[in-house]
Amino acid sequence: MPKPTVSVFQYPRTREEMPRGPYAKAGVLVEANAGWRVFRPVIQTARCRKCQQCWLLCPDGAIDRTGECYTVDYNFCKGCGLCATECPAKAIAMVKEGAKGE
Amino acid sequence: MSNDTLTARRAFMSANDAVSYGVRLCRPEVIAAYPITPQTSVVEKLSEFIAGGEMDCQFINVESEHSAMAAVMGAAMMGCRTFTASSSQGLLYMCEMLHYVSGSRFPIVMMNANRTVAAPWNIFGDHRDSLAMRDAGWLQVYVENGQEALDAVIQAYKVAEDPAVRTPVMVCLDGFVLTHTYEVVSIPGQREVDAFLPPFVPGENVLDLANPRSLCISVAPEWQTEFRHQQQEAMAAARRAIAGADGDFAGVFGRRWGGMVEEYRCEDAEYVLMGLGSVMGTTRLVVDKLREEGLKVGLVKVRYFRPFPNEEIAALGRRVKGIGVIDRDVSFGNAGALYTEAKAALYSAGDASPHTVNFIAGLSGRDITKEHLETMYRKVIALTEGKAEREIQFAGLRWEEW
Ligand code: SF4
Ligand code: SF4
Repeated sequence: MPKPTVSVFQYPRTREEMPRGPYAKAGVLVEANAGWRVFRPVIQTARCRKCQQCWLLCPDGAIDRTGECYTVDYNFCKGCGLCATECPAKAIAMVKEGAKGE
Repeated sequence: MSNDTLTARRAFMSANDAVSYGVRLCRPEVIAAYPITPQTSVVEKLSEFIAGGEMDCQFINVESEHSAMAAVMGAAMMGCRTFTASSSQGLLYMCEMLHYVSGSRFPIVMMNANRTVAAPWNIFGDHRDSLAMRDAGWLQVYVENGQEALDAVIQAYKVAEDPAVRTPVMVCLDGFVLTHTYEVVSIPGQREVDAFLPPFVPGENVLDLANPRSLCISVAPEWQTEFRHQQQEAMAAARRAIAGADGDFAGVFGRRWGGMVEEYRCEDAEYVLMGLGSVMGTTRLVVDKLREEGLKVGLVKVRYFRPFPNEEIAALGRRVKGIGVIDRDVSFGNAGALYTEAKAALYSAGDASPHTVNFIAGLSGRDITKEHLETMYRKVIALTEGKAEREIQFAGLRWEEW
């Protein structure tokens, strides 16, 4: 599921541009939000069966299946490890951020 | 349309039934409610109308008042006209959602059957429930009788949905004294109400698949103040809308209620009592009696507590010598809510500021008798003649002399 790209939110410049009642255009992402991750999931594509479990269960919708292989959007993955725990093929490894080789 | 057959007629009914007829005539699309004495018969009657095919409306039974307000807010997000009703403990339970609705600018109309709040437990009327919601961002109107209740509901939708207002309205009725008391009420015709109140045209804060929006968003400190300022401006616009709706209503239905306040025999009055709701009906009789004695008395019925009639009260203050404010509530540690605000409004009268006294009365359904009211007038007069009076008095207290 491709996310909207991070973009700048255009704030109202005048009183007239203020929304009447607090609302905003839906689907606007104003910043990447993954700075708190300690472990990052790494999908070993050779072992992946494309069963979609990680894609379905990731609480942040951070797994992308639009390409050939399943990939993690590290801009939004919070590193919870749920995908690694649930992957039936044990195809996802949790690797410490900053560890050698990553 | 299933209910376009209602033609104008007169009928004997309780003020709660009058509210139900008023709501029916406004054609809400969604009603959600949880019963509580003395509000229950309003929503019972509405559910009867719907079950009988007389109203084309979705009635949602919910498990709490919090959910009732959340449900009608959800419907308002879809652009529906909505209604709910509550009272006392239920209104307090709804409190969080009251702020959500006003801050989100959904023009929901609700009825509150004024009843005191526990403890001590008591189901009878005073204004401590709705006045505790003073700062919830809702317009509040207090009515004197069943006819005014019906008419105020119709006007409430007109005001709430005004594009410059878009703010919810609470129509407040005294528990039992109004809600369960029968009187002859004129029910307007559906066709006339349809002309007065066209279908709701929602603003931009609605869910729309063609134009997806996030509603009730988080807003950072840098932008909260601008939204709050909008709410304050909406209240200012409401003052105009209230006067406009009352005038337009009078043009169609021949009844006018005064907008923000109604003055009775105040043209040359020197001593006035001020209050909210049904007690003003009894006070009229006392004014008439004392006028026969030659006393220059009048009364001021404050209809809208939010927005507050600051200008009207300041103008009155420049004309009269003494004002007694009747509060069916008390903010422990200070005075009654109406007194506090009226006194603040009178500050701008400067040196001409009249003497003021606060009568805490009618708590938890205790009667405010004609004798009490006459004593209040005489105390106001004595005060202006230099007699010392305690500023805040509990009227009719067993241990006091009156
Ligand atoms: S670690 Fe958590 S947030 Fe990151 S992709 Fe896996 S399930 Fe999603
Ligand atoms: S859960 Fe594992 S096997 Fe299934 S798609 Fe995700 S990585 Fe591949």
